[in-house]
Amino acid sequence: MQNKIYVWEVPVRLTHWLNFICLLVLSFTGIYISSPFITAISSEQYIMGWMRFIHFVTAYVFVVNLVIRMYWSFSGNKYATWRSLFPFSNEQITKLFRQMSFYALISRKPPHEIGHTPLAGIVYSLLLVLCGFSVLTGFALYSLSNHGGIMDLMFGWVFSIFTIPVTRLIHHLIMWLLLYFAILHVYIVLFLNSVEKNGILGSIFDGYKFVETEKTK
Amino acid sequence: MKGIFEGFPEDSVSPFERLQKRGVSRRDFMKFCTAMAAVLALPETFAGKIAEAIEKAKKPSLVWLEFQDCAGNTEALLRATKPTIGEIVLDILSVDYHETIMAPAGKQAEKSLDDVVNNQKGKYIAVVEGSIPLKDNGVYCCIGGRSAIEIAKRVCGNAMATIAVGTCATYGGLPAAKPNPTGAVSVKEAVPGITLLNLPGCPVNAENITATVVHFLTFGSLPAADSLGRPLFAYGERIHDHCERRAHYDAGQFVRQWGDEGHRKGWCLYEMGCKGPETFKNCPAVKYNEGTSWPVQAGHGCIGCSQPNFWDDMSPFYRRLPKVPGFGIETTADKIGAGVAAVAAAGVAAHRIARAIQGKGKEEDK
Repeated sequence: MQNKIYVWEVPVRLTHWLNFICLLVLSFTGIYISSPFITAISSEQYIMGWMRFIHFVTAYVFVVNLVIRMYWSFSGNKYATWRSLFPFSNEQITKLFRQMSFYALISRKPPHEIGHTPLAGIVYSLLLVLCGFSVLTGFALYSLSNHGGIMDLMFGWVFSIFTIPVTRLIHHLIMWLLLYFAILHVYIVLFLNSVEKNGILGSIFDGYKFVETEKTK
Repeated sequence: MKGIFEGFPEDSVSPFERLQKRGVSRRDFMKFCTAMAAVLALPETFAGKIAEAIEKAKKPSLVWLEFQDCAGNTEALLRATKPTIGEIVLDILSVDYHETIMAPAGKQAEKSLDDVVNNQKGKYIAVVEGSIPLKDNGVYCCIGGRSAIEIAKRVCGNAMATIAVGTCATYGGLPAAKPNPTGAVSVKEAVPGITLLNLPGCPVNAENITATVVHFLTFGSLPAADSLGRPLFAYGERIHDHCERRAHYDAGQFVRQWGDEGHRKGWCLYEMGCKGPETFKNCPAVKYNEGTSWPVQAGHGCIGCSQPNFWDDMSPFYRRLPKVPGFGIETTADKIGAGVAAVAAAGVAAHRIARAIQGKGKEEDK
């Protein structure tokens, strides 16, 4: 017997898909900005101009989206909580190792978890740190066009730690790390969906997961 | 005109009169003052004030020190097909010591420096070109038996103000590039705590030296500076934002190879590693050699020569992004990026296959 459990609330799913769109748009425009692969046919065109504009606007959306998700981690249900970012209780650490041995194909069954698994929690913590660095370096680079402006006052200090080219490199490399995450994320979801048969793939669309009755107790 | 000044000691003649003596008309002089107001980002009404200040200026002493340098900044200042007004205005200053252009040599030369430092304590301007080596007690740069650091401490420490010209004096420049064998440092690091203005660039634009001097004559102080000690009038804006090729950047028209169609048409040099987006300077406006040209106009990207440690930090000069440390010399960030992505995809596939084999075993177990 399987129970239908409402796991991912609307703000969680909404911010997830906004993140997805932002990552795609930011990566595409970002790659163009770093290495413009389309050449304009006439000077009337405004390709780099639009790419940068879209990149900056999407960056703002991405930051606001992050803030909303952070807010929801304090006011959402128990599956949306910030606590899953720090899975360091004894029980969670045990689960973490069992999860890892499941992914390494040593054990056949993953530990039971309805929300984020402890391993996912750790990965999302790292992901947040990466996004934080990306936002920081991004706004610092953005501030260059308005020396002495508000963005410069808020983020200009980044250049006292990293030189401008190194800041650009960090911003660029984080994009690749986020894209690797996306590849692994999609694969793991498809993998778990076929192994656990708990509706994990569908849950990000409608919010529901299926859990065997005995486990919900 | 010339006759009027004969028999007068030079100091009693006003600088403007001396300019007239050298064939500068009132109109040319006012044009120069207006241009200086523009370089200093002042309203054009300040041209009058500048003219007044230059006319009344006393003759302040200036000593020009050269340490670990190539005399490129001196060259930039002196190089002109005809004497410019700017050059003549700099002449208003009594240049009492300048190794490259001074007449005295040896002990006589050193005496003129000593005279200025001893007799005009706190009243003269010191200009420094070149970096100062500190390693092994500074033996790598000695003039007249004294080390550069010794001279800098004495001359800059007693000056009213010090102007560091060129990237070597402002940040250490090429001598301080890795591995910095002589322990070269900037004036700011060698003599901390002095009144200092940094005019980086390799070489500095002569107009920016002139404008700094004009500012000094007009307001009696050094111009407002940023956190790196650079005057905001010259280093407040990014090259990229005032570049004459900027429209091609925004449009998406880039030079892909030296000498290609885009290069011939004067398109943006971004793809060729131009460091205009990383560099703060007014090159696109003041240019070099009396406004003749500057690197980007001549078809070569900016190499960020006015940024700190540009030789190490802005290289590779012909690539967009720096190399990733720890990987092969020719490996760029994107190659590594694509490589790791391929590894991730291969890992995913391997996991899938391993799982399939495992799944098969599972069925057999039943």
